Amino acid sequence: MATLVPTKPVPTIPIEVLSAMPLFKWAHRKTEIDPRFTNERSFVYHETMSPEEKFQAIVDEESKIEPTDWMPDGYRKTLIRQIAQHAHSEIIGMQPEGNWITRAPSLHRKAILMAKVQDEAGHGLYLYSAAETLGVKRDDLQELLHRGKHKYSSIFNYPTLSWADMGAIGWLVDGAAITNQVMLTRCSYGPYARAMVRICKEESFHQRQGYELLIRLCNGSSEQKEMAQDALDRWWWPSLMMFGPIDSDSTHSEQSMQWKIKRVSNDDLRQQFVDMTVPQADFLGLRIPDPDLAWNEERGHYDFGEIDWDEFWQVVKGNGPMSRDRIEHKTRAWEEGAWVREAATAHAAKSARSAA
Amino acid sequence: MTYDVPVAPGENAELEESVEGAVEGWPMWEVFVRARRGISHVHIGSLHAPDPRSALQNARDVYTRRGEGVSVWVVPSTEIHAFEPEAAAEYVEANEKVYRLATAYDIPDEVGQM
Amino acid sequence: MSEVVSSVPQGMPAVDMAPELQAVVAHADDNLVLAQRLGEWISYAPDLEIDIALGNIALDHLGVARALYTRAGEIQGEGRGEDDFAMRRTEREFLNLLLVEQPNGDFAQTIVRQFFFDVYQRLLWEDLSGSDDDTVAGVSARGRKEAAYHYEFSSSWVLRLGDGTEESHARTQRAVDALWRFTAELSEPYPEVWREDVDVVFAEAGLRVPGDPYQRSGGREGYHTEHLGFLLAEMQWMDRTYPGMTW
Repeated sequence: MATLVPTKPVPTIPIEVLSAMPLFKWAHRKTEIDPRFTNERSFVYHETMSPEEKFQAIVDEESKIEPTDWMPDGYRKTLIRQIAQHAHSEIIGMQPEGNWITRAPSLHRKAILMAKVQDEAGHGLYLYSAAETLGVKRDDLQELLHRGKHKYSSIFNYPTLSWADMGAIGWLVDGAAITNQVMLTRCSYGPYARAMVRICKEESFHQRQGYELLIRLCNGSSEQKEMAQDALDRWWWPSLMMFGPIDSDSTHSEQSMQWKIKRVSNDDLRQQFVDMTVPQADFLGLRIPDPDLAWNEERGHYDFGEIDWDEFWQVVKGNGPMSRDRIEHKTRAWEEGAWVREAATAHAAKSARSAA
Repeated sequence: MTYDVPVAPGENAELEESVEGAVEGWPMWEVFVRARRGISHVHIGSLHAPDPRSALQNARDVYTRRGEGVSVWVVPSTEIHAFEPEAAAEYVEANEKVYRLATAYDIPDEVGQM
Repeated sequence: MSEVVSSVPQGMPAVDMAPELQAVVAHADDNLVLAQRLGEWISYAPDLEIDIALGNIALDHLGVARALYTRAGEIQGEGRGEDDFAMRRTEREFLNLLLVEQPNGDFAQTIVRQFFFDVYQRLLWEDLSGSDDDTVAGVSARGRKEAAYHYEFSSSWVLRLGDGTEESHARTQRAVDALWRFTAELSEPYPEVWREDVDVVFAEAGLRVPGDPYQRSGGREGYHTEHLGFLLAEMQWMDRTYPGMTW
């Protein structure tokens, strides 16, 4: 009977690839994360400042806006939009990966995948909590998602068609998330920044397990290697699309930057992601499906091809391959669970009455 | 990844925030955890639950998955009463009653530490 | 009322495994199959907190299964690992209780199934904590803490659903009626204590035990319901399609 000893020793990852992976950089830079994540405020504000001036002074000083502070209506609305859609993304993101829990090829991988998807549920929960500090209700936000009035990150509208997709998602999607997430720990809104610190701490294994999964495939049988290449072929361009439109087409970026909700531009984040990921693909021996991808010595960055903006906007509008399925799944879970939630509420009321 | 989901051309950027006539969901609870013996409870977040028993179970599942916490408190969010010093300027008297501050008194050095 | 137990067909050969090995594998199978069922709830639960809780419970059961399979492989001494047991046996070789392979159904059915199993598992871990086998004793020690938590979860939900709304009560009673016939096999090592524990919670929840004396068993002998085959087909598909590979 077959044993589980791998046929080839798993190679160690060379240091130049490891150090390029943001999670390692982040681990070393842990102490660089803003230490001002306490509930204290050290800034003294002049009594003569108007609420708008005081608000911008707090933001400019890299301090935090807290829920009871005055804030411009646009700031509040932009945050609700961003935090809610971030939360929705985490929850919807459970589906493409949850799809493979019952079919994971080994018990070890099953456990890892379950834990990862659970983390995502938890992240969604932290983010909904942060959104609720702005005066919205979680159940309302979910209802708006079900009705199609709220969106979520487009990447999750693609199907997971093979086991290798679990690797691709961990490597590329979580990799892209991490480039954005560290930036968000420095967001000006306290509850969101604190949720992001918590999320970042838990993310450390997400990208790693995905990449390690692919290392195994790429060092395995020819079928496994083909599976990995096929997954990369399907997930590369959607991953680049995750960073949004090019800066000149991005309508709210400038204001978000001024309010320190957004800290780095779309183009810069996308470039950072490409520069980091290409050597990682080389290490795996996989080919990135972009004929225009090339190192540009002058710029010190990788040049890459043009994103299919038609596809990009179609998916944003709700016409992605799995868009309808994801929402139907979420809505069905919610509707079928209504009697459960009602029962719990009814029982709590009964208990409260009999205790009174 | 960016969760700033882009606004398609011609789309309204404003997102709806609330829903009319929605069913009342589970109440919100604030969660406090004492991570280790010897330190105090710290507020770490909130969650939704129908009753205290469920809130405690959920707090354990959501906030102590990685083994953080020897003690967990849950408090209904409506039971949290808050005071925000900067927002309530009329309650702050320290600037006026200078004689309450130790530095307002001049003790000669020969007297020693006081 | 005396039970009518339908069990393995007459003349069916006994399970071909040393008894101490059989016990370890059976408990591992219980936990694996239940973990697989609970895993199906992920992203489908009635709310986020419940999704996370079910996922946690599933991971606990999976952890127990993996530890016990590894130990079973050591006892057997033929170089088998956890995936050999999980992925490369047929349904006639699985020794799990019939209860755990039953489909999730609605949330009430999942909770009732979990509750019945948790009452049993707590009693089992107490028993096994005195095991001569160090690994099994260790798994039991950890298992006891986890089972206490699982029991708190499932019993409190039996109460919420049994004594919640009319609809939740009806669904929970239906679940009890559907699953009761698998409980004799489950409670067989602790018939009185198991029943007492269940009765206490049922009384508070306003639930009745069905009057029908019919009981079905056979899981411990590899004689299963039709559900196990489908569960294994899904779980084992990758390993059987790509045999001998490392993941």
